[in-house]
Amino acid sequence: MPDLLAARSQMAVSLAFHIVFAVIGIAMPLMMVLAERRWQVTGHAIYLDLAKRWARGTAILFAVGAVSGTVLSFELGLLWPEFMRFAGPIIGMPFSLEGFAFFTEAIFLGIYLYGWDLIPRPAHLAAGGVVALSGAASGIFVVIANAWMNTPTGFELAQGHAVNVDPIAAMASPAALSQTIHMTLAAYAATGFAVAGIHAFLLLKDRANAFHRRALVIALLVGAPAAVLQPISGDLSARHLARHQPVKLAAAEALFETRAGAPLTLGGWPDVERRQTRLAIDVPYGLSLLAFHDPGAVVKGLDAAPRDEWPNVPAVHLAFQLMVALGTYLALVALWTGWRAWRGADLAHNTWLLRAIALGAPMGFIAVEAGWMVTELGRQPWVIYGVLKTADAVTPMPGLIVPFLAFTLLYCFLGVIVAWLLYRQIIRSPDIPEWRGFYMPPAGRGNRKAEG
Amino acid sequence: MRLADLVAGIVFLALNGYAVLGGADFGGGVWALLARGTRKDRQRELIADAIGPVWEANHVWLILALVLLFTCFPAAFARLGIVLHIPLSLVLIGIVLRGSAFTFWRYGGGAHGDEAQRHWGSVFAVASLITPLLLGTAVGAIASGSVRAGGTGSGAGFYDVYVAPWWTAFALSVGAFALVAFAFLAAVYLTLEAQQPELREDFRRRALGAGAALFGAALLVLTLSGSGAPRMRAGLIFAPWAVPLHLLTGATAVTALAGLWRRRYRLARVAAAAQVSLILWGWALSQYPYILPPDLTITEAAAPAVTLRLVLGALALGAVVLLPSLYYLFRVFKSRSQPSAIGRQ
Ligand code: HDD
Ligand code: HEM
Ligand code: HEM
Repeated sequence: MPDLLAARSQMAVSLAFHIVFAVIGIAMPLMMVLAERRWQVTGHAIYLDLAKRWARGTAILFAVGAVSGTVLSFELGLLWPEFMRFAGPIIGMPFSLEGFAFFTEAIFLGIYLYGWDLIPRPAHLAAGGVVALSGAASGIFVVIANAWMNTPTGFELAQGHAVNVDPIAAMASPAALSQTIHMTLAAYAATGFAVAGIHAFLLLKDRANAFHRRALVIALLVGAPAAVLQPISGDLSARHLARHQPVKLAAAEALFETRAGAPLTLGGWPDVERRQTRLAIDVPYGLSLLAFHDPGAVVKGLDAAPRDEWPNVPAVHLAFQLMVALGTYLALVALWTGWRAWRGADLAHNTWLLRAIALGAPMGFIAVEAGWMVTELGRQPWVIYGVLKTADAVTPMPGLIVPFLAFTLLYCFLGVIVAWLLYRQIIRSPDIPEWRGFYMPPAGRGNRKAEG
Repeated sequence: MRLADLVAGIVFLALNGYAVLGGADFGGGVWALLARGTRKDRQRELIADAIGPVWEANHVWLILALVLLFTCFPAAFARLGIVLHIPLSLVLIGIVLRGSAFTFWRYGGGAHGDEAQRHWGSVFAVASLITPLLLGTAVGAIASGSVRAGGTGSGAGFYDVYVAPWWTAFALSVGAFALVAFAFLAAVYLTLEAQQPELREDFRRRALGAGAALFGAALLVLTLSGSGAPRMRAGLIFAPWAVPLHLLTGATAVTALAGLWRRRYRLARVAAAAQVSLILWGWALSQYPYILPPDLTITEAAAPAVTLRLVLGALALGAVVLLPSLYYLFRVFKSRSQPSAIGRQ
């Protein structure tokens, strides 16, 4: 395996691993806090149990997120020293701010997890709120750094060096807005649907279980709105690409030729040699409409870039199709759920809806991984779009296959353990007999209708 | 003072924070490994309870140091990543195993002390040995002036560039020193964490032993520095600040040991942390103005002034949020009795 490929693979594996925990770290605290808040309002012990169980899972996942994030910070130097030499002063700012967000998050997570009996209730809830906010903030900051790699701004090039550096302008790069919105929504949609899916699955086996019913509602409150907004925000991202990263959009849409009134290509296998996509369904004018909201607009194709600056077209196209398909599914299920809930129906007794939600459990996470493949593979061969090639950024260290294999094995091992621990700890239903059926203590009566 | 020096000082302060807080968490792992006698399970429990609420926050000091380093001194970061690729990769594996094993140990489910959990306890403990050892080795390599653009600069082979800079008796002795120092810190802190007198005595004895070992390790480092890191040695002996620094370090060391001996644990804690910090600052001063001796100075490695100024601003803002939060964290957990870990309910 060539060293460049090994380095890229190691980076990809590390990021793909980290993003799972990062996404959970953004959305899970919000769900914990919502459950705890319900407990404080209703005095209903089931919510306290829920908050504590979610907190327990979050503790495990957060720890793995923190260590895998540490690996990433080091890897920027271990694998891409030339990239960091160039980019450090320009995008260090969001990374430094991210550092502070982590710090805040770690401090208040410690307080939240271990402070149940030590601090007053409002303070405890507030600590959870701070964790949720700073988690979202850290995600936003790191995505701002990534957005700069896609649309670099805030410096001038002079003989390969960056001069007139302006870190604030670098943070406000054109891709920053669409990427941070899309990523933050993705975190809530993916985590919300994953948790909702698990509880929906368990409800299918045990309809009246009061615990899973509450959990399902809270998870859907977080996941469903985000899933509905996600296609809208994805459209914003695609329109951004059409203006600033046309090659990436062309690869995602498998559009080989620049043309007016470009069709939207669904599915199919792009044949790069022949420059055409086989077995695809074309929606006439679709792409021009989506990208520029004008059926006649000219959309740049891959032919706008020299052949050696094309990314891996089939991979980008397939990943993009996958993300959009999954996003469409989740949005539809979310709309269906919202409609049923609005009509006052009992979600836990709608078998088909529960099945649809359960099926959606892994989809958000798959979409997140696929979306990042689009962004990162679609940027190749550049690590900083139009400025620095990935091949020029890699470390001179030989034998990179060794660390690549070592870290991959380590992550496989951790992944298996985490899955097993979660299975043992979280998914188990509580043992309190009353909660196996409809259960509502006197204090919570007033809310019966809303929570059913 | 120049801007770059100021920022370098702050990076070093973050490293200092990691050493006295995160370092002690590693030291806790060492004592978990060495737990002996009839109270060994209680010793391990105590260690886990002490680390639980704070390890995440303690760990972030390292991230902060790293992020500031690559933002403000990218040339140094790039060179470290190349020349010290091997020890730093191993440090990372240690960090991953330590952090995750600790959490699995605490939250691993099942009854307390069941088989699976004991395994995680061992992984946690062994990873706690490796990481400080290699981190210290990396520091030793920097101090010895062999982290140059092409490794040691003596050849272009794989060994010369990627192994020789850190695979030296001196660098490894610094690793050993770091390990002992972290164990010492942990034992001192644990005397304060322990609620029962027997446990307290256990860690008092360990702290005294580690204090003596630290003295031995320091002598070893000093001896090896003659050939291993002559520049640093010269700085540590002849510079104008050398004598006051040594006196101060010696005073804190004596205070820490005397505090332990007379069971004045709060005093011992402050003195031990000060002692380790002073040793670190001695290292930093001895290689000033170089960030990576013998050829890369702080000024040369620094990012443009705009970046440094913005980072300083962000640091000031961050401190306003962080310092009260940290104070709150430590007040809640480090000034009262046992935490009620949810892992135990
Ligand atoms: C729950 C996850 C999820 C879902 C349902 C979707 N996406 Fe997405 N998408 C992501 C998760 C994601 C992501 C992983 O978060 C990415 C990677 C980089 C980014 O900013 O977001 C992404 C990137 C991304 C990009 C590339 C942005 C860039 O490189 O700057 C585009 C054009 C879209 N998405 C478009 C869509 C569309 C049209 C969707 C319609 C359903 C959609 N996404 C659903
Ligand atoms: C889109 C990509 C990313 C997102 C959304 C993201 C988000 C997050 C979040 C929310 C956390 C908090 C910990 C947790 O919840 O598990 C975290 C941890 C961390 N991330 Fe990432 N991250 C991303 C990529 C990266 C990259 C590329 C790096 C390194 C350069 C990185 C470095 C870190 C570090 C060091 C931590 C640990 C902080 C701690 O100790 O608490 N992350 N990340
Ligand atoms: C967490 C979500 C992310 C995922 C899943 C992801 C995925 C990937 C993949 C697949 C590659 C390899 C691309 C290739 O070489 O063909 C890559 C490369 C890279 N990514 Fe990302 N990425 C993510 C976020 C980020 C962020 C937030 C940053 C930085 C701030 C970042 C920085 C890099 C760098 C420096 C490389 C190596 C150079 C390159 O190959 O272009 N990534 N990433």
